[in-house]
Amino acid sequence: MPTVILPPRHYLNDGYGIASWLLTRDHKRIALLYLAAVTFFFFIGGAFAVLIRLELATPVGDLVTDATYNKLFTMHGVMMVFFFLIPVIPSVLGNFLVPIMVGAKDLAFPKLNLASWYIYMVGAAFTTYSIVTGGLDTGWTFYTPFSTVSSTSNVISAALGIFVTGFSSILTGLNFIVTIHRMRAPGMTWFRMPLFLWSTYATSLIMVLGTPVLAITILLVASERMFHFGFFDPALGGDPVLFQHLFWFYSHPAVYIMVLPAMGVISELVAAFCRKKVFGYGFVAFASLGIAVLGFLVWGHHMFVAGQSVYAALIFSILSFLVAIPSAVKVFNWTATMYKGSISWQTPMLYAIGFIGLFTIGGLTGLFLAAVGLDVHVTDTYFIVAHFHYIMVGGTIMGYLGGLHYWWPKISGRLYNEPLAKFSALVIFVGFNLTFFPQFILGYLGMPRRYHAYPPEFQVLNVLSSAGASILGVGYLIPMVYLMWSLRYGRLAGSNPWGAVGLEWTTTSPPPTENFAETPEVTWDAYEYGAPVEGHVA
Amino acid sequence: MLPEAAHHPHNPALAHQFDSLEQQTEAATLGMWVFLVTEVLFFGGLFATYAIYRAWYPTAFAAASHELDVTLGTINTVVLITSSLTMALAVHAAQLAQRKLVLLFLAGTMILGAVFLGIKGVEYYHKFVEHHVPGPGFQFEREYFRHAQLFFSLYFLMTGLHALHMVIGIGIMLVMFWWAWRGTITAEYYSPIEISGLYWHFVDIVWIFLFPLLYLIGRHGP
Repeated sequence: MPTVILPPRHYLNDGYGIASWLLTRDHKRIALLYLAAVTFFFFIGGAFAVLIRLELATPVGDLVTDATYNKLFTMHGVMMVFFFLIPVIPSVLGNFLVPIMVGAKDLAFPKLNLASWYIYMVGAAFTTYSIVTGGLDTGWTFYTPFSTVSSTSNVISAALGIFVTGFSSILTGLNFIVTIHRMRAPGMTWFRMPLFLWSTYATSLIMVLGTPVLAITILLVASERMFHFGFFDPALGGDPVLFQHLFWFYSHPAVYIMVLPAMGVISELVAAFCRKKVFGYGFVAFASLGIAVLGFLVWGHHMFVAGQSVYAALIFSILSFLVAIPSAVKVFNWTATMYKGSISWQTPMLYAIGFIGLFTIGGLTGLFLAAVGLDVHVTDTYFIVAHFHYIMVGGTIMGYLGGLHYWWPKISGRLYNEPLAKFSALVIFVGFNLTFFPQFILGYLGMPRRYHAYPPEFQVLNVLSSAGASILGVGYLIPMVYLMWSLRYGRLAGSNPWGAVGLEWTTTSPPPTENFAETPEVTWDAYEYGAPVEGHVA
Repeated sequence: MLPEAAHHPHNPALAHQFDSLEQQTEAATLGMWVFLVTEVLFFGGLFATYAIYRAWYPTAFAAASHELDVTLGTINTVVLITSSLTMALAVHAAQLAQRKLVLLFLAGTMILGAVFLGIKGVEYYHKFVEHHVPGPGFQFEREYFRHAQLFFSLYFLMTGLHALHMVIGIGIMLVMFWWAWRGTITAEYYSPIEISGLYWHFVDIVWIFLFPLLYLIGRHGP
């Protein structure tokens, strides 16, 4: 076995000091800037979740008042959705990997990429301002007329924060689209691209097409609140349901902004740890685009009880069922990839398996909600809460953590503590299910969401959920510790610790600033396992 | 610098992440087109809102539209279309590396843009004097009061956002003017002018939709 040494020059030692980071145009460093920022906001959002679960441990509202509780779930939602879930995989893993996977030196617009990070931070500052000056109580959905007329909390700065952050998302998507179109290395055809790029491309399309509509909607809410324009106020001739249409036109596709990149990560992980080409590559690639397109046609299923016409509800219901097809294509193809694969149970693979199981539960319960009759029964109950947490936490965060573990040796050049990582993956899986599975039952039994008190017969399930949340919290803290620890003390990874294929594993760990010593020329398809792997040292 | 990059002559405008100026131009052009798509969606939200309320309150919208100054609106439309012409001429001159003409046409574009904004300001002032600005001071015929206020809210928001895009456009043209002045723009590398032109034309096209929707409704027929 050859001795593993760090490359003498790589992106982490190419310049030191705070300015070399804050003014960097290197996509890999910008990815790390995002990593620090989203992790910070994840723990802020998590702190609100802790308070929510503490309050719900007992049936009476004893820890916080109802008004404070409204603020807690609002700020949990706003922080997690807009400042963690939407940016996390594209901005951290996407930023790091897209240029390397296409075989380029950087994204097409490096300065714009850095600007995106600053825009994100400015947006976060606005929203944080509204949190520290009394909080926000509109729910993350900003429903009118509460957000425009009734709420006494600081809606305008929170809304402006989300408006501004939206541009970070738009510019990131734009950068990825142009990079994938125009920066692919010689021989890297569309159908040789890793599936992570396909899903990132589909995600970018949603970011570019959906986010502007959210931006204008949020602008309408803020201007209505400031100048009493009346677009969404029935007293002035406006219509609150119009707000819901505009809001969900973005915010339903936004769910796919969160989960599509995670699906891309899972395709990479399953191939790498089963040592097999992804089954039905073309189907998985087009399923990503299919989800992106269908995602724009289903927003009305958020308004089944909002006075939408029966016929519209019927059509939105059918279209929502259609999303199950490309989603199921992916799940079946991942399982088919695992079939007769040479599976190694390393940490990223554990997360991948966790994703597939939890996403399937989240997806199937989504079909319950697409059925108009059932949806009316469980609207605004904990069933909904459980459903979307299975997708966002069980899906997106599992995929993100799996990807972070898989590419961590590439990012840092070092290996983390594998037994500890496996243990924490298990803790997260157990904690997650204990937190959210009881919520399906609670919702089905009729416990409404967004109340700080509940009838005593729901207490057992709520205590289970709160207990699960504390386990989940510990599960998220352990990786923080051993990943940081590995930066200094971890064993050196070498360029290809997993023996995986893909351009990112052909360059050094950490990669040089321009990613490759010379522009690669691609003559192979994605996931060509079976052929001897160069540079495999594990 | 990579060793092989030293071998062939290297345009100073070529950014390090690109292999050739051609690739750089293609990327920048695609980037601008994608950006314009996001702009279509951005204004699309407003147009959708407009379409719904106009369909609900056609008579009030027609009555409110009558209060707008069609003469100034028409003049502004002509001004803006002319600025698109000077913009196109600037791109053409840049392709032929006629530096003086580039500067002349860019200046013309900026001046026409400024004239547009000036006339828009005069119109805003008239609306202010006539108490047609939505809010506590708003005045209108009793019958249409509420819905005319919706119309004027949309009017100010849509033309205001359009004007903001004009201001940004003039800012971009100033940068282009400076680049053309100091000689960054060459026959080999004129894509910045071309791409800025795409943006300018887009902002014009938005106005081409805004003008009939806001100024001309209810002026046909009896």
